[in-house]
Amino acid sequence: MSFSGGFADLYREVILDHSRSPRNFGRLEGANREADGFNPLCGDRLKLSLRVEDGAVRQASFVGDGCAISTASASLLTEALQGLSEAEALALADRFRQMAAGEIHPDEAELGKLSALAGVRAYPMRVKCATLAWHALRVALERRGEVARTE
Amino acid sequence: MTPDVAAATGYDLERVRRDFPILSEEVHGRPVAYLDNAASAQKPLAVLDAMDRIHRTGYSNIHRAVHEFAQRATDAYETARRRMAAFLGADSHEEVVFLRGATEALNLVASCLGRHVLRAGDEVLLTGMEHHSNIVPWQMACEAAGARVVAAPVTERGELDLDAFRGLLGDRTRIVSVVHVSNTMGTVNPVAEIARLARERGAFVCVDGAQAAPHRPIRVDELGCDFYAVSGHKMYGPSGIGVLWGRRRLLEAIPPYQGGGDMIRSVRFSGTTYADPPAKFEAGTPHITGPAGLAAAADYLEDLGFDAVAAHEEALRALAEELLLQIPGVRILGTAPGKAAVVSFLVDGVHPHDLGTILDHEGVAVRAGHHCTQPLMERFGVPATTRASFGLYNTRAEVERLAAGVRTAIGVFRG
Repeated sequence: MSFSGGFADLYREVILDHSRSPRNFGRLEGANREADGFNPLCGDRLKLSLRVEDGAVRQASFVGDGCAISTASASLLTEALQGLSEAEALALADRFRQMAAGEIHPDEAELGKLSALAGVRAYPMRVKCATLAWHALRVALERRGEVARTE
Repeated sequence: MTPDVAAATGYDLERVRRDFPILSEEVHGRPVAYLDNAASAQKPLAVLDAMDRIHRTGYSNIHRAVHEFAQRATDAYETARRRMAAFLGADSHEEVVFLRGATEALNLVASCLGRHVLRAGDEVLLTGMEHHSNIVPWQMACEAAGARVVAAPVTERGELDLDAFRGLLGDRTRIVSVVHVSNTMGTVNPVAEIARLARERGAFVCVDGAQAAPHRPIRVDELGCDFYAVSGHKMYGPSGIGVLWGRRRLLEAIPPYQGGGDMIRSVRFSGTTYADPPAKFEAGTPHITGPAGLAAAADYLEDLGFDAVAAHEEALRALAEELLLQIPGVRILGTAPGKAAVVSFLVDGVHPHDLGTILDHEGVAVRAGHHCTQPLMERFGVPATTRASFGLYNTRAEVERLAAGVRTAIGVFRG
């Protein structure tokens, strides 16, 4: 649906779509990297699972319970990662974090579909919702075996 | 007169709202509907003026110098102590300790009473609806003593399971600490009954009254507890100031909390003797203007009258629950009879944080999250709720805007 109101820039159609129907939602068979993400501010939790082969992310999935922003961000992440090398995935995570924090312009971040989440820049309280899955990604790839926290 | 002015009580809502200048602010181009009073309430002019007056006419450090400003500041501070003793129904102003708020008060009781009475194997009995500030200090005290924290369960309606509480109250229970009014659900606990049961078993009783003080008269003499904690900012007073009331003999018996100036009688390197309560617990320069602001808030509440305030807030709570429950997929968490004007709710398909953002855009301020009651969230199997909490200045129109905002959010997220 379309709606008016100042929140349209935050809740873009792509985000609403991914929050209502998250992609790659569920357990991943053959996962060899996992990390839990937890946002103590709101209680949002997710588990990110990756299958990494020959230094590249072959598949990614997540399960969890969170707001539209964190769910859409995790869903978009699982799509964006497919086929990326570990180094590319970490670089993407860096650019995403910088974009969400307003440090770089969305165009400059070269994030493709992920730039739909750029609206969080105007909502400092919601930036952590958008970055939760990306924190978990970093922990999973660096195999630190800890819970990724947004703070 | 608007329809908001309840003819039956003569409650003059328009006049009340004029006392709170912040209520004329706009948020995202709309008049603010501040429904986050359980987190912190706005301040009437009387509170702002009482603090401002000290800064303008008689500010200095207190209890120290002999000059006139010191005398004026000290008088304001100590007059406020007597005012708060009366507000709480305390026998003496010497039982009123000024602290940063209920959190510091509960930390003081856990630390000092804990050191005084807790031994290995002892238990501290709480309820499942406690705020983290009435859980974590006890865990810390128990860890130091080798004691343990036990929590009495909460029923499906969000009430304390009193039978289970009785069963958990045992020979090892040394301290019972309970919330008077739940910040998440508004449940009013039967504190006098809890205190009676606990004292029969020889346990000390501490009450977290942060959410009770803005809504109902507190009579510590009738509750039968040993300690009672209040935060100024939740009862329309300043932030950074609160009160711990404690029985005099206990305040004398327990060790001090922090060391420093003003809490001593004499200091030598060979040893220090402490001041009598309440000074014993007020180390260092305090929030000098805070108590005067808090006393002004107590005056403000009592001048309006707790009966009138309670009737106004109850009408808003009832309207809010009626309007919210008309919306398909809305569920209210905490349905205890006689609850305070706090409405926590869940909306199918809409996460509380997203709802909070949409409502903010409509100018409606609510709280979304776990409300610092994670064990209670776990009890109900939810990560978070949206909470609207009403105060003495809220209007029926604001409640209607809340319900309309929930419908807007549903339109966005359910698609």
